[in-house]
Amino acid sequence: MKKSALQQGEAPRIGVYICHCGLNIARTVDCPKVAELSAAIPDVIVSRDVQYACSEPGQQSIKEDIFEHGLNRVVIASCSPRLHEPTFRQMIESAGLNPYLLEMANLREHCSWVHINEPEAATAKALDLVRMAVARARSLEPLQGSIIPLTKRTLVIGGGIAGIQSALDLADNGFEVVLVEKKPSIGGQMARLDKTFPTMDCSI
Amino acid sequence: MTDAGRHPRIKLMTLSEVIDVKGYVGNFEVKILKRARYVSEKDCTACGECAKVCPVVRPDEFNEGLSSRKAVYSPFPQAVPSAYVINIKECLGHNPVVCAKCSEVCEKKCINFHMSDEEVVEKVGSIVVATGLEPYDPKELDEYSYTRFENVLSSTEFERLVSAGGPSKGELIRPSDRKIPKSVGFVQCVGSRSARKGGEYCSNICCMNTIKSTLVLKEHYPDIEIKVFYIDIRAFGKGFEDLYRKSRSLGVRFIRGLPGTVVENGDSGIRVAVENTASGKIVCHDLDMLVLAVGLQPSKTTKKLQEILGLQLSPDGYFLEAHPKLQPVDSATKGVYFAGCAEGPKDIKESVTQGSASAARAIRLMHRGEIVSEPATAEVDPEKCKACGKCVEVCPYGAISADPKRKIQAQITQAACSGCGTCAAECPFDAIIMNHFTDQQIGSQVETLLAEQPESKILAFACNWCSYAGADYAGVSRLQYPPNVRLIRTMCSGRVDESFIWDAFAKGAPIVLVSGCHIGDCHYNGANLWTQKRIERIRKKMSKIGVRPERLQLEWISAAEGVRFARVMEGLEKLRRQVSPEEIAETVRILSEKAQ
Repeated sequence: MKKSALQQGEAPRIGVYICHCGLNIARTVDCPKVAELSAAIPDVIVSRDVQYACSEPGQQSIKEDIFEHGLNRVVIASCSPRLHEPTFRQMIESAGLNPYLLEMANLREHCSWVHINEPEAATAKALDLVRMAVARARSLEPLQGSIIPLTKRTLVIGGGIAGIQSALDLADNGFEVVLVEKKPSIGGQMARLDKTFPTMDCSI
Repeated sequence: MTDAGRHPRIKLMTLSEVIDVKGYVGNFEVKILKRARYVSEKDCTACGECAKVCPVVRPDEFNEGLSSRKAVYSPFPQAVPSAYVINIKECLGHNPVVCAKCSEVCEKKCINFHMSDEEVVEKVGSIVVATGLEPYDPKELDEYSYTRFENVLSSTEFERLVSAGGPSKGELIRPSDRKIPKSVGFVQCVGSRSARKGGEYCSNICCMNTIKSTLVLKEHYPDIEIKVFYIDIRAFGKGFEDLYRKSRSLGVRFIRGLPGTVVENGDSGIRVAVENTASGKIVCHDLDMLVLAVGLQPSKTTKKLQEILGLQLSPDGYFLEAHPKLQPVDSATKGVYFAGCAEGPKDIKESVTQGSASAARAIRLMHRGEIVSEPATAEVDPEKCKACGKCVEVCPYGAISADPKRKIQAQITQAACSGCGTCAAECPFDAIIMNHFTDQQIGSQVETLLAEQPESKILAFACNWCSYAGADYAGVSRLQYPPNVRLIRTMCSGRVDESFIWDAFAKGAPIVLVSGCHIGDCHYNGANLWTQKRIERIRKKMSKIGVRPERLQLEWISAAEGVRFARVMEGLEKLRRQVSPEEIAETVRILSEKAQ
């Protein structure tokens, strides 16, 4: 069993970053206020609002905080994790943290953009989302993938033009290929065509 | 073709089918059934002496039955491997008294009636599915009289007739009288774009294939009259519009409208009545030959392979890619890729592109000779596991083994685990830890969300791939919905543990939503079927203990359904307004009593 960072006796030290995303979030959500209130959440060591968390200066400022304050968890409240989770994971990894110690709160797609006319309710929701993210971040654990051996060989099912091309590219790159075709010959549909568009030449 | 046949690193297995696949990314074990050819592939020189003496005559499939072949035959002149093959079901048999003429004339003694089908096991690290297509069979579209009139042909038959290697050596002849037709009509969208018969989708290639055919005809027979009946001409690819323009400039008439009736007139001619939707007039056209531009359908092997490999299909029956734009040749199963028409109708250029793309994706996976597994996977706590085997039953990837009879605890193959979390949710003993989505991690989110004014909030669980993405899409589309919704992301709805839901109600949640991919679209091999069962089960329990089951909602929302997401959120808010503080208090009381 993996021992969690907490079990190892390390208290969570969380940094919270509320991204304005230019005006995308800040027009609706009161980002400085959310950052200020987030500072009061237990285990939060730093809480700031930033113009663009994903920009080079934005990432740099977070990295500096990680070093300076010895942060061991990072919460970024910005856009959807489906967009920038890989970006921020790389960033904290380059600052020496395990990439799985990042948590994001989606203040753009799930908050500012969908509650444009309700700034107060959106701000309250943003704070809730940050609190939830911090709660989750507290119990995040570093994770490491394991290395698995692999057979450098590919099965291609179907000997039509797509399968042949795939098999040849693989084989020409030094990989072994097993090409399986249910008919007595490869060639597929294309072998039955005389001329083919757009070149109007023969198919075989 | 020949390059593939003689490449030292390609092991070519014809007359073969994949019958089983075990293992996981990087380490698949594939069972292949190799049918007997009855002719030695190695020794046969394709001299053809055997076919000369074979007394069995059968329609030649390669030429759509427009010519004949023997029971021992070469599929077509350029076949790879070039060896002949015996169709043993047609062969009269190897008893010398009956026949065996072929084996008598074969000088190299290549023919061996004692060959038998064999099962071969191959170990591979990745799999490319390139199972191709099946041309649509126009028999069911009776209005085009394909089965009644000889001179109504499918485009695949037409193709063989104009082929230099075909039964008529490239001469277009009418099947009825072997005369060269003076006029030919083409009917587009046969088995495509129809809600009634065939596919609802556009088959992608038929417009250009017909245009190609018109150019071939005009080149061979400059005076031939050609009419093309169509709904839309889709000449969207590079160089396609040029060909379309060229065809029209050569006098080919493109008439917007499909035939309503097809009848024979006098001299085996074909009369079609077509409403020209551009002019609104119904006009009859007399033609010597009618060609049905048949659409494409998924290969017949698709369904079987889908089951063997645990893949998904899109509603049109082709294989579903991991992402329609960004991962067009990846499947949702790691290490399995698509190429060509297996994934959807496409032309040669696109098929070749995907062939190369799938090779590149496979090489990207394999080149290091090892892979790093995704660590957000499930893990068994041996102190809690009772070897009941429930996790084995629910795992959509067969990644878990356990033996309830012999009390062998569950073991998870990390590489095969995709991290849906269904096992963790279903384990009756909380013995499975879903890393990165642990009970504690998700539970703390629920607790925080409901810490203040729980009655005013809506808790919604959303799966990463569909529902959460659907919420993102609602955001991108700036669709407005009630601001009291709070989403908790899990990778799959299958992860949403029963305990999360009871916890939420116990902490005063008025409404809980569980949302995931539509049934059949689950990114974890149908793990959401377990979600469905679980929600039904919880609802029953809710009724039993006096909690209104409507307070637990289950919705399927796809990544493209932003509008639906917003609408569902509005519906939830309506439901929430119907939950009174008294009702919540009563639920909290019931559940706290139960907990004691």
